[in-house]
Amino acid sequence: MNPEQAAAAVRAVLASIAPEADLDALGPDAQLQEELDLDSMNFLDLMAGIHERTGIDVPERDYPLVATLAGCISYLCSHAPAA
Amino acid sequence: MPSLGADMDAGTVVEWRVHPGDAVHRGDVVAVIDTDKSDIDAEVFEDGVIGELLVGEGEKVPVGTPLATIVAASAAPATPEVTAPPPAAVPDTTPEAPPRRSRARGARGRVVSPVVRRLARARGVDTTALAGTGAGEVVTRHDVEVARPRALRPLVSPRARALAAREAVDAAALHGTGPNGAVIGADVLSARSAVEAVPTAPRPPRGDSMQQRIASLMERANREIPHYWVTRDIDFSRASSWLSAYNATRPPAERCVAAALLLTATARAAAAVAGFNGHYVDGAYRPADSVELGIVVVVREGGLLVPVLHDAATLTVAETMAQMGDVVRRARSGHLRSSEVAQPTISVSNLGDQGADEVLAVIYPPQVALVGFGRVRERPWAEGGLLGVRPVVTASLAGDHRVSDGHQASRLLAAIDDALQHPESLEEVTP
Repeated sequence: MNPEQAAAAVRAVLASIAPEADLDALGPDAQLQEELDLDSMNFLDLMAGIHERTGIDVPERDYPLVATLAGCISYLCSHAPAA
Repeated sequence: MPSLGADMDAGTVVEWRVHPGDAVHRGDVVAVIDTDKSDIDAEVFEDGVIGELLVGEGEKVPVGTPLATIVAASAAPATPEVTAPPPAAVPDTTPEAPPRRSRARGARGRVVSPVVRRLARARGVDTTALAGTGAGEVVTRHDVEVARPRALRPLVSPRARALAAREAVDAAALHGTGPNGAVIGADVLSARSAVEAVPTAPRPPRGDSMQQRIASLMERANREIPHYWVTRDIDFSRASSWLSAYNATRPPAERCVAAALLLTATARAAAAVAGFNGHYVDGAYRPADSVELGIVVVVREGGLLVPVLHDAATLTVAETMAQMGDVVRRARSGHLRSSEVAQPTISVSNLGDQGADEVLAVIYPPQVALVGFGRVRERPWAEGGLLGVRPVVTASLAGDHRVSDGHQASRLLAAIDDALQHPESLEEVTP
């Protein structure tokens, strides 16, 4: 998975969870939960959506690594199964 | 018109999902009702055949007004002489098709979130005519903005602005006929007379009326209910470890959040300690047989909804999680069913992990209690003469002093605390 694919996957899931959010205005290092006002269930939906789209299951202990858009992208790129 | 909440006294039929002659069964969604708070899918409570639709789409009627007649299935005459179907009804091009049309959402096939729908209404954009670019071809805010971009600062003459404010017209959404497309006074006046002429004109922004409803309900609560509050700090470390272990072996879609534990513990405590689960009606407390647990949900565009978990004291934590996830998601997307916003017997306000430390809430009449949880946070914690750092959640209870007192309330919070110290017990069905 390249960074563009990872970003597209994360954005698509975020758009379904927070349809009103302006994702283009979201900085790569902004805290997703804070910036998009996601509660823990929204965040869990984000993880479930990423799992569904990419097959990558982010365990709870790795949640701090995926707290930002940049974090999500690098996590997905480094955990994608070799193609 | 069903009552879809204690604060509702009228509702608008947004859309009929059935037509005269359609067979319906208990639980079928027959109409979409706008309660000022959200669009609710109204269910039917008996089997039969739709006779006549008595209220047209766009009409607002008081709670209790019959919306349609239902003929018992056996006696079903085809009621062919039924007068005019609602004007918006689409000509039926497939007369031999099965009568159930509940899935055919007319022209509004694609899901449009309430926020987007409102924006579209304000801009005068027909979302059904747009190609959605969101996931699953959902029409997004962006699609609406592209369809009818608002001039960055719409040109509005000072007179138009003043008139618009007085007449409650959104001048920015009007088509301007002045120089450079500026909105001028005449545009506002003609928009206003158009609104007056057409009874099914665009609905007013819901946020405002929702805020008014919450305001009047809270005023009533403060006027009628002699509130008292008690709080208790609860060590959340055992619950937290249990959650980590539970979630470690499950994919994201099956994991639990802390709220599921808090709700399960609260439902069981409310069933066990008398004085908090029921309604205060006509000067007397009427305890309820089951715990219908209301969950206070913040809707993304503003305002609160309180969907219900039925018989919540009998649910395991996994069941609570599944049902909570389902109703909360649908509360936010505007697809709750009428049975899911029925009157709760007790409500919970959980501020969540972005929230404040504690909440001292106001009870929703005619309920007699509301349990609040602040965010789970790390705090110094003394136990057995030792000081350590633990995750802690502050639970609060707003009680109705006509029904209960601080002593009982303390017992309720202690019961919640006890359940959270034995999270494994919440995995099991109650005896």
